[in-house]
Amino acid sequence: MTVFLAGGGFQGVIQQVVFGVASGGIYASLALALVLIYRAMDIANFAQGEMAMFSTFVAYSLITFAHLPYLVVFPLTIAISFLGGMAIERVLIRPFEGSPPLTMVIVTLGLFSIVNGLGGLLFGYVFKTFPSPFLASPINIGGVYIGLQDLGVIVVVLAVLVVVYLFFQRTRLGLAMRAAALYPESSRLMGVQVSWMLALGWGLAAAVGAVSGMMVAPIVFLDPNMMQPVLLYAFAAAVLGGIESPVGAVVGGVIVGVTLALVGAYVPGAQNIRVAIGLVIIVAVLVVRPSGLLGRAALSRV
Amino acid sequence: MTRVRGAPLGVLGAAAVGVVVLIGIPLVTDTFTTFEFANVAVFVIALIGLNILTGYSGQISIGNGAFMAVGGYTAALLIKKAGVPYLLTIPIAGVLAGLAGFLFGIPALRLSGIYLALATFALALALPPVINNYERLTGGNGGVILRAAGVPDFLGGALSNEQYLYYLAWSLAGVLFVFARLIIKSGTGRAFMALRDSETAAVASGVSLAYHKTLAFGLSAFYAGVAGALLAILSRFVHPDTFGLPLSIALLTGIVVGGLGADLGPVLGAVFVVWLPYFAEKTAGLRLGGVVIPGKPDIIYGAALILIVFLAPSGVAGLLARAGAAYRGVRGRAVVPDLLGGPLVVDPIAEPADEAQT
Amino acid sequence: MQSVPRAGLRRLAMIAALALSAIACGAQQASTQQAKQDPGVTSSEIVLGATYPLSGSASYYYAIAKGATAYFKSVNDKGGVNGRKITYKVVDDGYNPANTPGKTRELVEQEKIFASFGNLGSPTNTSVRDYYNENRVPQLFVFTGASQWGGQYEKYPYTLGWQPDYQSEAKIYAKYILQNQPGAKIGVLYQNDVYGQDYLNGMKAGLGDKASLIVSTATYNAGDPVDMKSQVTTLKNSGADTFFVVTTPAYSASALVAMANLGWKPKIYLNDVGASAVTMLGVVKTLGRSEAIDGMISSQYLKDPSDPQWANDKGIQQYRDLLARYGDGCEVKDNFCVAGMASAFTMVDVLKKAGSNLTRKNVVDIAATQLNESDNFLLLPGITVKTSKTSHFPITQERLQRWETDHWVPFGEVVSSRG
Repeated sequence: MTVFLAGGGFQGVIQQVVFGVASGGIYASLALALVLIYRAMDIANFAQGEMAMFSTFVAYSLITFAHLPYLVVFPLTIAISFLGGMAIERVLIRPFEGSPPLTMVIVTLGLFSIVNGLGGLLFGYVFKTFPSPFLASPINIGGVYIGLQDLGVIVVVLAVLVVVYLFFQRTRLGLAMRAAALYPESSRLMGVQVSWMLALGWGLAAAVGAVSGMMVAPIVFLDPNMMQPVLLYAFAAAVLGGIESPVGAVVGGVIVGVTLALVGAYVPGAQNIRVAIGLVIIVAVLVVRPSGLLGRAALSRV
Repeated sequence: MTRVRGAPLGVLGAAAVGVVVLIGIPLVTDTFTTFEFANVAVFVIALIGLNILTGYSGQISIGNGAFMAVGGYTAALLIKKAGVPYLLTIPIAGVLAGLAGFLFGIPALRLSGIYLALATFALALALPPVINNYERLTGGNGGVILRAAGVPDFLGGALSNEQYLYYLAWSLAGVLFVFARLIIKSGTGRAFMALRDSETAAVASGVSLAYHKTLAFGLSAFYAGVAGALLAILSRFVHPDTFGLPLSIALLTGIVVGGLGADLGPVLGAVFVVWLPYFAEKTAGLRLGGVVIPGKPDIIYGAALILIVFLAPSGVAGLLARAGAAYRGVRGRAVVPDLLGGPLVVDPIAEPADEAQT
Repeated sequence: MQSVPRAGLRRLAMIAALALSAIACGAQQASTQQAKQDPGVTSSEIVLGATYPLSGSASYYYAIAKGATAYFKSVNDKGGVNGRKITYKVVDDGYNPANTPGKTRELVEQEKIFASFGNLGSPTNTSVRDYYNENRVPQLFVFTGASQWGGQYEKYPYTLGWQPDYQSEAKIYAKYILQNQPGAKIGVLYQNDVYGQDYLNGMKAGLGDKASLIVSTATYNAGDPVDMKSQVTTLKNSGADTFFVVTTPAYSASALVAMANLGWKPKIYLNDVGASAVTMLGVVKTLGRSEAIDGMISSQYLKDPSDPQWANDKGIQQYRDLLARYGDGCEVKDNFCVAGMASAFTMVDVLKKAGSNLTRKNVVDIAATQLNESDNFLLLPGITVKTSKTSHFPITQERLQRWETDHWVPFGEVVSSRG
């Protein structure tokens, strides 16, 4: 049997890159949410993907059972998720303020189990189709297929990125949130309610996660486990980009997506271990740039 | 309070009770319980290793399951393909895994905090598909099936296979526990902790950063390798899924819940890793009066996990230490590393006089 | 009834073997044999057990156990099997072969099961097959289609599969391709594990000296992101005109959507594992049209509750009723519930056949060599659950089906690649 890997010539390469960028957009959408929490409290939130899954099921229920139109459901779900994220912070995370970061990480692992279990219990495991605002059909440019769906995801991710950027740079609330994360003590003296800023961070991350879930679900189909593979690569993307940088998360997402697609298609004998090779490449990049592509150099604390 | 060479009698008494309980478990319980407590010993060993790396030298690892894979597959393949005696494979597995850890520690020198976490996470994620892929060497997705280890003749049929493996695993765990304690109390251990608390200060006072950090990785992986080999012998089967990401995450959870940087942390963490899922499963779906507990074990497990770290933010070992200190009427202090910052005093006591007592 | 001490097991097995040969000679067993019973059986109860993922990312398989439980409960409510009620204890191994050995000891040593029934998964079952056989505890009707479960009966007489094995199914497609598409250029997409490799090997074996018809392969690992665009592009660019899809439901849907969106129009063969009507309807809904997958070929041995052709079927009606009463949340359109219930029917069939001679040895021998069940209400008409002294694959038959607009249309006769 012949193992046929390459093929399609240059056009084939472009096609794989296009698909890689599309997958990258998916990873980037959740990576943005991870970055928001990390900026707020210096931890990786392992439950981020499950929260996004749950938000998407909320949207699904609003569409299926409340018969609301998609254009209403989309913003409504974001709002519900924002409140839900804040509520989770107030109830579950607040008691751990001041705990070591690893303890907080364990709390997010617990949250992961709870939300994943609840998803299965409430919504079942038979996968569901989730509507997309974009057409499923692709456009064909010189023999390269570009999915309108994928293009839509990229546009939405970029829009989220711009909103996040403007929020942190141009609003007082955004400024206060950054200050609270970087200099909690002096912010407190300046009258910033640091604790509520953390809740705000969780709310925003949950809202961005909801967008991610609603973009991912039409592509991978809706079920309680749909975000788990996405979370793994979103984590890699966010760290590669420099964990605190929203732009880095998007760049990292695209690099992860394209790397995996090209390794799978063109490295001989690598299609079964493309994930391994892709991860080795990512870690190698980090060894060269230990604070990620767009991250600030770490301050060494004495 | 009465003390024997610095150790309070209460501690010695508790240790004695612990040893008696450990010896007694296989004699009074069924095969299932014995088997699962042998599994606890496997996790004790793996968690002692992770404690050296994360607890004492401050390097986060979400990838020690990969080093267990190296050990588990080394043992399984040596037994299966080369006919090496079971017991002999354990040290070989430890050394090979230790070497792998040492080598991994070299590029990891450049990374810290969440960046190191990702690198180790990548290791845990990448290794199983690689094992899966090289079928001729590793048995691929079919896994490697082993025959029962067999109880040595000199025991004269006094023990069942499970009982024998139980005592073997706990003996190894005991020896490796003492070994780790000796390292931690030595200059090497002090160097680990100095690097954890402040790299700059440690290096300024002459600690070799590269040597100690890679050594911590190597030691940690050695322990993981021994644990992996024991797991292979105990469960008589290795498969890429045996050593997947859930294992690495269970290890991290175990050591944080047990108590980072505490001697007893790995023991308590291991009991937790093996038995909490069991109790979560038994609790799911129960009716307590009018309340029906949700029928998914995941939900109970997650809730229990959060509750435990809430009650014991510095790990169960820290909680016990504080309880013990309160009992003795001595105000103790437990220092837990803040992995992204300086040391964090969990039980804040200001008087330096306390330190003079130890 | 008394439980038999372990030391007596060997003697017991010998007696059971003698008893069995007596049956084989045509002699009817007198009720005096009744006293000899293994653990897990009393005059009022039979305890069965299984390991399943109740937690974690493979929890969806638990629906199989729920479907089986529903059927056992209905049997119990009608008086049980010869007056004995079935207790089915399902424990959580999280689909992790590191957990299964411990959980299996829990079932055997602590829960004192008579037999395990329906344990899920290839690696998990492999990890405890030696244990079951050494302790002579039946490991019946394991839920995995890997060919090893029926093919190693001599070595593992206490272990038995149930569903058609993956290799046989692939051979059915191979035969069809050789007859109808002798010049096919086949691209295979498969999950890189025992399940996927079994299908690939079955296809190669079925094609025989025409194995070179396979021009390309692409793989993914279970747990990879559900996004098959890159793999499908590779296959399309290899020049393949036939697409053999060996994937689980979500990946099947992703692969078929990618194929349609890439404008690739191959002849499609989709493995039974990923071919539920729910999945295909999802593909049609996503694409907004069905032309791309119309004419796609798959095979089936169970009735699909989402398929309109069974809407008024008595068997599916009974299935719905049972789920409504005993389902414990099992969704009607979940094919796993169907599979669980259908296999429980076979299990009850075996226990009925064993009658008063409820020993592990006898039960496992009936299951492995004497099954002949043609009245399973959830199997496709014409499919028989059958084992004999020479064949230990309970279900070997399937029926080819073709997708049309919104449902599967069976065609041709019931086919088998074994015997």
